[in-house]
Amino acid sequence: MNKNIGVYVHIPYCNSKCPYCDFYSLADKSRAREYVEAVNVKLKNFTKDNFCKADTLYIGGGTPSSLPAEMLCSIVENVKKSFRCVPEEITAEFNPSDADEDYFKKIFASGVNRLSFGMQSAVDSERRSLGRRADKNQVEKAVLLAKKAGFNNISLDLMLGIPKQTGASLSESIAFCAELGVRHISAYILKLEEGTFFYKNSSKLNLPDEDETADLYLQAVSELEKAGFLQYEISNFAKAGAESKHNLKYWRLEDYLGIGAAAHSCINGKRFYYPRDIDYFINGGEPIADGESGSCEEKIMLGLRLKEGIKKELLSEKSLNEIPDLEQNGYIKTTPENISLTPQGFLISNTIINMLTE
Amino acid sequence: MSFPKDKIRNFSIIAHIDHGKSTLADRLLELTSSVAKRDMTAQILDDMDLERERGITIKAHAVTLDYTASDGEEYMLNLIDTPGHVDFNYEVSRSLAACEGALLVVDASQGVEAQTLANTYLALDNDLEIVPIINKIDLPAAEPDRVAKEIEDVIGIPCDDAPRVSAKTGINIEQVLETIVTDIPAPENHDDKPLRALIFDSVYDNYKGVVVYVKIVDGKIRNGDTMRIVSTGAEFTVVDVGRMRATSMESTGELSSGEVGYITASIKTIHDAKVGDTVTLASNPCSEPLAGYKEVQPMVYCGVYPADGADYEALRDALDKLKLNDASLSFEPETSGALGFGFRCGFLGLLHLEIIQERLEREYNLDLVTTIPSVVYKIHMTDGSVLEIDNPTHYPDPADIDYCEEPITETHIYSPADCVGTIMDLCQDRRGTYVGMDYITPDRVDITYMMPLNEIIYDFFDSLKSRTRGYASLDYEIKGYEQSKLVKLDVLLNGDIVDALSFILHADKAYPRARKIAEKLKANIPRQMFEIPVQIAIGGKIIARETVKAMRKDVLAKCYGGDISRKKKLLEKQKEGKKRMRQFGKVEVPQEAFMAVLKLDDE
Repeated sequence: MNKNIGVYVHIPYCNSKCPYCDFYSLADKSRAREYVEAVNVKLKNFTKDNFCKADTLYIGGGTPSSLPAEMLCSIVENVKKSFRCVPEEITAEFNPSDADEDYFKKIFASGVNRLSFGMQSAVDSERRSLGRRADKNQVEKAVLLAKKAGFNNISLDLMLGIPKQTGASLSESIAFCAELGVRHISAYILKLEEGTFFYKNSSKLNLPDEDETADLYLQAVSELEKAGFLQYEISNFAKAGAESKHNLKYWRLEDYLGIGAAAHSCINGKRFYYPRDIDYFINGGEPIADGESGSCEEKIMLGLRLKEGIKKELLSEKSLNEIPDLEQNGYIKTTPENISLTPQGFLISNTIINMLTE
Repeated sequence: MSFPKDKIRNFSIIAHIDHGKSTLADRLLELTSSVAKRDMTAQILDDMDLERERGITIKAHAVTLDYTASDGEEYMLNLIDTPGHVDFNYEVSRSLAACEGALLVVDASQGVEAQTLANTYLALDNDLEIVPIINKIDLPAAEPDRVAKEIEDVIGIPCDDAPRVSAKTGINIEQVLETIVTDIPAPENHDDKPLRALIFDSVYDNYKGVVVYVKIVDGKIRNGDTMRIVSTGAEFTVVDVGRMRATSMESTGELSSGEVGYITASIKTIHDAKVGDTVTLASNPCSEPLAGYKEVQPMVYCGVYPADGADYEALRDALDKLKLNDASLSFEPETSGALGFGFRCGFLGLLHLEIIQERLEREYNLDLVTTIPSVVYKIHMTDGSVLEIDNPTHYPDPADIDYCEEPITETHIYSPADCVGTIMDLCQDRRGTYVGMDYITPDRVDITYMMPLNEIIYDFFDSLKSRTRGYASLDYEIKGYEQSKLVKLDVLLNGDIVDALSFILHADKAYPRARKIAEKLKANIPRQMFEIPVQIAIGGKIIARETVKAMRKDVLAKCYGGDISRKKKLLEKQKEGKKRMRQFGKVEVPQEAFMAVLKLDDE
């Protein structure tokens, strides 16, 4: 095997749990050192059996920045050492309230060249209702400090359909991103995940309704594009050339290796993952098989998330019959070979994907 | 060698739901050692899961108990358990006809309820000796003295010596057995007359064919006799007769007058041995059948369709099997433009309908869509002919109708006196005509209304319960047909009539009902990829309209860290949800929408 893969490392730690989030994370960091060591062992073992290069590394979470810079650096070093190469794109997720000049300098020096900040909103009252600690000024300060440390590839997360959000407040957030000179925006619509505080209290949250949320999404697409952030995926927008190389691998069914509790992998047509359990991972537990990858359904489901869309040849005759209706209603665009979703189509992509994979 | 008649006691138990009938029966079984302790599941007579869950008895059951009384004599006690719901009134009346006495079980914390009273009157009609039992005296809220007085006032039977028991804890159960022996008369000896046996139930058994439960009124029946069913003249050779024991059948070879037992005779369907019919002997037939036999007519009809069309045959098999043990269930194939192939089923009432539906879903694992229940309307046409319609789809062109008739009931509602106002509002709203009101006790009333049956069958009982905090009870009886101003409402989704949602109702109700149905459908039909007009029409005229807006967004989850299976599961879930929907043209309608249009009084 002599090809490029993406490496994802999951850091299952956060200083506090956000009320809408159901990703795997813990506040108790007492085993963090052992955890990072286990990550490094897994990296080494993988490259013993597989000869391949890592062209992207993504350290996500949780909150990677809740761990000391040294630990992140050691992961980066070990990826480089194990794969005997320097990945072209190395991203770390970062909580703006952890911003620290020294921290930025250290991880930049180790090779991290892309930061993704969990901003969510530039409106302080909205950020508070999401349980985010930093205020808008801290977000701004974090971005400026990062730039000063050498980072020029910065992404901000933006959430849509959050409590009390209006068209005006969304414009404010988008303008803020544009002014900060970042190159990438991820704009997600809030989903109420079972078991979260938001899920249990949704009726009291003042959430925008279905129509308002849809409008917010369309507004985000149009305002971001005006600010030069071109949509390349259902929830991702970038200045030309600043698309996330790592995340694109997911949608294009390219190989990626996920290391850490709750991390998912897709390699050589097989999917597997580690369970949501740090003890299992620290004790050297093996990943769990999760079926084959690369089915036609997967290609449709993942490909339609991308602005570039999918080849028509993936579709059955029955699905092709649905196309004219969908196009006429403004949900998809077609070329002789391709179909892709419009922003209106992205909004109901699950329904469309199910229609096209029946 | 038959059992001495003066040592036989045939009795049933009358009680309101939850007043402890089945628990008392269990205690009697235990005390007479009819069931080994280890076989004792709670409420052994209610052997259907549904019966145990709902706390009601659906089928009649019978069991013979041996009891040595304090006088030192051996007695044979035949307990005939009866169904406890208005839908099964006829079965109840036949079970009671097989007895000489009845235990009237009343909850010491609740008092007399409508069902109890209705069944007590049935028992009195059958000349039964009523033995009051005051149950649940262990409850903190028990008021045995007040309840005893209530029984005396309402039913007019003395309660001084009524056993006060707790079936749950077993207090004073012995006294119940003694009272049965002393107070309930023995059956008369008519051994020398030609055989007349009353069928009070019949059950289909895969090996034996139909097992017929009978009370021998006159004469004797033995293995090998040729028996004859009086109403049909059908004859069968008796294979076996005997007594029903709690957990088995005890073959005796002979049953004689006054006894209760079973007959097997290779009878293939229970329609050959219907409840209420008389069994006699071909060699020495009786001159007159026993009184009271009638064909039970379904009162409520609805369409039953498999959610997945491929299950049509499975549904037919399931209905066939249920019908083996349920002579009052009727069904025939029908087709709906909206729902495809299914069956038009007739039921005794709404509870019967719900029970059948639940058994189909549970015991046969079927996913069903049922249409709005309908009563049988008589449509008098301008050409003088009369149509009987139980399916709104067959409602004729209004231009050809002279007039319509609908079934009317006499409805009794028993309730705490302070609920009278709200009950009268409800009955008025359901087109009831006030007949009268009796105070049973200073704080309990019996309110009588003449009410159209089609106002009762939807959610009347639920509404009544919620308006009276569950304290009111209901009993009704069909009194015939009355002329009525009826119209058919059609529901149009995206411009197409959904035949399965059409229904017939009184013209005065049409507008408010139409508006509510439109609102309900709007709330229960999920937004789809295009706008869906919801229209309600009479004939060609739209009288209510709502719009289900086009869907704007579905769940856009962050597909994070390459976790594809999570996304797949989400899509699977959505697909599953879709499977539970019915497709009407381009519109998908969930099952809940059908149910929602039935329940209108939830504001």
